[in-house]
Amino acid sequence: MAQPFDYAPAPESRSVVDIRSSYGLFIGGEFVDPVAGRSFKTLNPATEEVLAEVSDADDADVDRAVGAARRAFTRVWSRMSGRDRSKYLFRIARVLQERGRELAVLESIDNGKPIKESRDVDVPLAAQWFFYYAGWADKLDYALPGRPGPPRPLGVAGQVIPWNFPLLMLAWKIAPALACGNTVVLKPAETTPLTALLFAEICQQADLPAGVVNIVTGAGATGRALVAHEDVDKVAFTGSTDVGKSIARAVAGTRKKVTLELGGKGANIVFDDAPLDEAVEGVVNGIFFNQGQVCCAGSRLLVQESVADDVLDRLKHRMATLRVGDPLDKNTDVGAINSAEQLTRIRELSASGDSEGAERWSPPCDLPAHGFWFPPTIFTGVSQAHRIAREEIFGPVLSVLTFRTPGEAVDKANNTPFGLSVGVWSDKGSRIMGAAGRLRAGVVWANTFNRFDPGSPFGGYQESGYGREGGRHGLAAYLR
Amino acid sequence: MGAGTLLSPVPEELSAATGSDAALRRFLHGLPGVDQVGAEARASALAGRSVKATAKAFAIDLAIRMVDLTTLEGADTRGKVRALSTKAMRPDPADPTCPAVAAVCVYPDMVGTARATLAGSGVHVASVATAFPSGRAAPAVKLADARDAVQAGADEIDMVIDRGAFLSGRYLEVLDQIVAVGEVCGRPDGTRAHLKVICETGELQTYDNVRRVSWLAMLAGADFIKTSTGKVQPAATLPVTLVMLEAVRDFRFATGRQVGVKPAGGIRTTKEALAYLVMVNEVAGTDWLDPDLFRFGASSLLNDLLMQRMRMTTGRYSSPDYVTVD
Amino acid sequence: MTAPLEEPATARRVEVRKTYKLFVGGAFPRSESGRSYVVQDTAGRFLANASAASRKDARNAVQAARKAFAGWSSRTPYNRGQVLYRVAEVLEGRRAQFIDEVQRSEGVGRRQARALVNLTVDRLVWYAGWADKIGQVVGGTNPVAGPYLNFSVPEPTGVVAVLAPSGSSLLGLVSVLAPVIVTGNTVVVASSHQRPLPAITFSEVLATSDVPGGVVNVLTGPLGDTAPTLASHLDVNAVDLIGLVGDAERATELEQSAADNLKRVLRAPVREPDWARDPGLERMTAFLETKTVWHPIGV
Repeated sequence: MAQPFDYAPAPESRSVVDIRSSYGLFIGGEFVDPVAGRSFKTLNPATEEVLAEVSDADDADVDRAVGAARRAFTRVWSRMSGRDRSKYLFRIARVLQERGRELAVLESIDNGKPIKESRDVDVPLAAQWFFYYAGWADKLDYALPGRPGPPRPLGVAGQVIPWNFPLLMLAWKIAPALACGNTVVLKPAETTPLTALLFAEICQQADLPAGVVNIVTGAGATGRALVAHEDVDKVAFTGSTDVGKSIARAVAGTRKKVTLELGGKGANIVFDDAPLDEAVEGVVNGIFFNQGQVCCAGSRLLVQESVADDVLDRLKHRMATLRVGDPLDKNTDVGAINSAEQLTRIRELSASGDSEGAERWSPPCDLPAHGFWFPPTIFTGVSQAHRIAREEIFGPVLSVLTFRTPGEAVDKANNTPFGLSVGVWSDKGSRIMGAAGRLRAGVVWANTFNRFDPGSPFGGYQESGYGREGGRHGLAAYLR
Repeated sequence: MGAGTLLSPVPEELSAATGSDAALRRFLHGLPGVDQVGAEARASALAGRSVKATAKAFAIDLAIRMVDLTTLEGADTRGKVRALSTKAMRPDPADPTCPAVAAVCVYPDMVGTARATLAGSGVHVASVATAFPSGRAAPAVKLADARDAVQAGADEIDMVIDRGAFLSGRYLEVLDQIVAVGEVCGRPDGTRAHLKVICETGELQTYDNVRRVSWLAMLAGADFIKTSTGKVQPAATLPVTLVMLEAVRDFRFATGRQVGVKPAGGIRTTKEALAYLVMVNEVAGTDWLDPDLFRFGASSLLNDLLMQRMRMTTGRYSSPDYVTVD
Repeated sequence: MTAPLEEPATARRVEVRKTYKLFVGGAFPRSESGRSYVVQDTAGRFLANASAASRKDARNAVQAARKAFAGWSSRTPYNRGQVLYRVAEVLEGRRAQFIDEVQRSEGVGRRQARALVNLTVDRLVWYAGWADKIGQVVGGTNPVAGPYLNFSVPEPTGVVAVLAPSGSSLLGLVSVLAPVIVTGNTVVVASSHQRPLPAITFSEVLATSDVPGGVVNVLTGPLGDTAPTLASHLDVNAVDLIGLVGDAERATELEQSAADNLKRVLRAPVREPDWARDPGLERMTAFLETKTVWHPIGV
């Protein structure tokens, strides 16, 4: 008789990180107290333990930070050769690698994501992003064809990033901005400021000239002040579509250049000739990676009716092996939801799935008593009209729909105001290419899902935002 | 693996698959494809599991119990086989709590020697057969080879398939040969030796082929599907074993019958063995965590398992000088 | 053998005045509102009556553009290039009429008008050639750190609303229209309010060339009615505000309502550009989405 094979706890050590009790704002190369002296707390979402007091920047602080960025732009950074900018970025990339363990642990503590992901995805990709754009800094003349003159930086970039990939989104924003010769004021999300503040220390460690990178912490008001500041030349935002629209309104009539990476309701289309086991992996990865708190999550499974039962059986079997719990445990597959507020939203939308008649299923799993948790969940019997098929849940909740023909699959996948990502699973090359061509989304993952690379442009159609991050295309957002 | 029983019948809808060459081809080519990159990524993710403390102690003992301790050299002698068989029964002479391995795996002419040494120990004798490792002999010769091993007292027959026939699409021929070997596994008393089918996946190249050959072997009545002879590179790999574990899992869903999996060749370290056990645990399921259903075809792996076991019990790292060479 | 025709010496000929209508879905409807307005030349003389498009006309035009999008965007780039080149051919054949209309609409001399028309034909030819090249220039494969083929292709944004330049009635119009449609978008153009005649005549060129109905829809009339409808319409994917040069207030309002569905907005520059200059790629890339496709590489 077989015995169970229970993996013993394998926690990553917290001792590599040194969290201070309070943090100032990083302006002009040093940590300073906020003018009004207000602060807020950041929590460990897995335990609700208070991690640190973080400064709440107001308009005056934002003004100070933009001023520091402007001075650094005018006096230092825009005058520096591309080659030297490049060397600073390479330095930062190296330090990110060297301090990778520390960053990964800190990210998991502040965000709730599994250490496996922060260690193997977030931090290595962040370093890779800096390496990639470091190499562009002295090659900008070759980047973008058909422009009237040599490429020039825009000036000061105001960047607002979300809590789902705090360090990685910082890298997506800061690396190309700096490579192109801009200086930045970046606002991390209020629930996940710690890796951005550690990044500030890394800028110091790399001797990056003061004011080139400024980090202001705070909530929505801080972000609004930054976006609205009249000396900001460029606004880059990743976050919700609602906030994205308000930013688009706020910059109307200005000369500010804007890129927006917003929400999505990505479909994973599984055709009957798909490599089913890999497709199931892709579906699992698509919706449970980072607890589904991913703008490009594959939150709708569109499965061909002829294999729907088979795929669902495999999916449930696979979901039963997902390990939910301590983000610092190396065997954890699904960590904590980032905040009480987000958990409430996931619960509310899931409840609408119940009340609208979809059928909910989760594998048996014990959730910790403290912290913010939601089990991996699928809804079957979902129709296009259900809220859970249309609204972004931003959690580990998959809506399963079926289709009969390739045309129906594509039409259903496209039937959304969003257009960020789609997955297509089939072993037939022409079907893959045909679907990829007709799908209205910025990223099409064919027989794979949730792959990211600094060389690969990323961004959405329609209400998923505009502009691209990554690759040569990502430079266009930071050059005039 | 216990006393052998007759081949389990394959259910109606699957038995139709073996009715003709065309039907078998349709069935095998109708199986879902395997995406190489996805399968390898999944295998590598499973290998990233951290197995520590009590879990590791449990897994090491389980792994020892799953070892088919193997010697398949032209230079094999009775002395070598006796020594190996002795070690199989008591892998760690200094520690009576250390379990015995599952089986000793030898060439047919060494079965008698192994049988004599292992008598009454519970450790099985496995014999390779059917013109191992290439399988390039007349069908009658291959059957005689297997029959000889059974008659010499082998509990398990590790046959090789005709990879040439498989690669040229003569699936029914491969199936018929497996069925024929299965028949000679029967003993006069009505019991039968267990049949392990070596697919030599290193020669089949693609994971699609691994999936097809796994189903073909199971349809032919294999008790075990085995990756490799150990004589061809690559031998066992995690992704190949992943695809086989998916196949036995799906075959059980379809038929209710559990078929075993044996990666063989190239598995040398405890760390690798643990990765395989994690894969068994999460892909096929806990029901397969049993020497009757999962084996490691290996020789040097056992010593590494023993050294890790000593490390777990004593807290010190061991040295090869403290484990026996064979 | 017939005698040569002689015009009667006595009376001045009574002109047949043309009724200028809208161009929607390949047809020339009147405004559903029934309203029209007087178009004058730069000296204030009567030129024509033109239709004053209403909000509903704008809506109908968007509907026509949406309907045409799937077909037009899935044409091969080579085919779209051929279609645009055909437009240039037809325009070339009607140069005389356009020279006349540009001269009267813009109040320029005949030589200047001729130069503008010639440039317009050349601009169309230039953009026609881009149809099957832009994808190579702004797309391509991306080297990624893994066993994947990764490539980016530009794709049309969808339905684009263009507020045509108010000054340059033909060259400006074609310079903003051609880059939008050559990549596969469909378009609703609100033509220059004061100078709509070349736009309407250009519609006739489109109608008699191979451009499918609905790919280009031309509205005439005051922007006050059509532009807010287009900027707020949820089935419009992008808006070009070039026609609002000098009207910052209205441009800001429209940009704000464009935010409702995150339309791509090409803002108006401070001054109307010199349309004779090399246009660059900006007017094409502003209405292109980058789609990036990943696929594993294996056996």
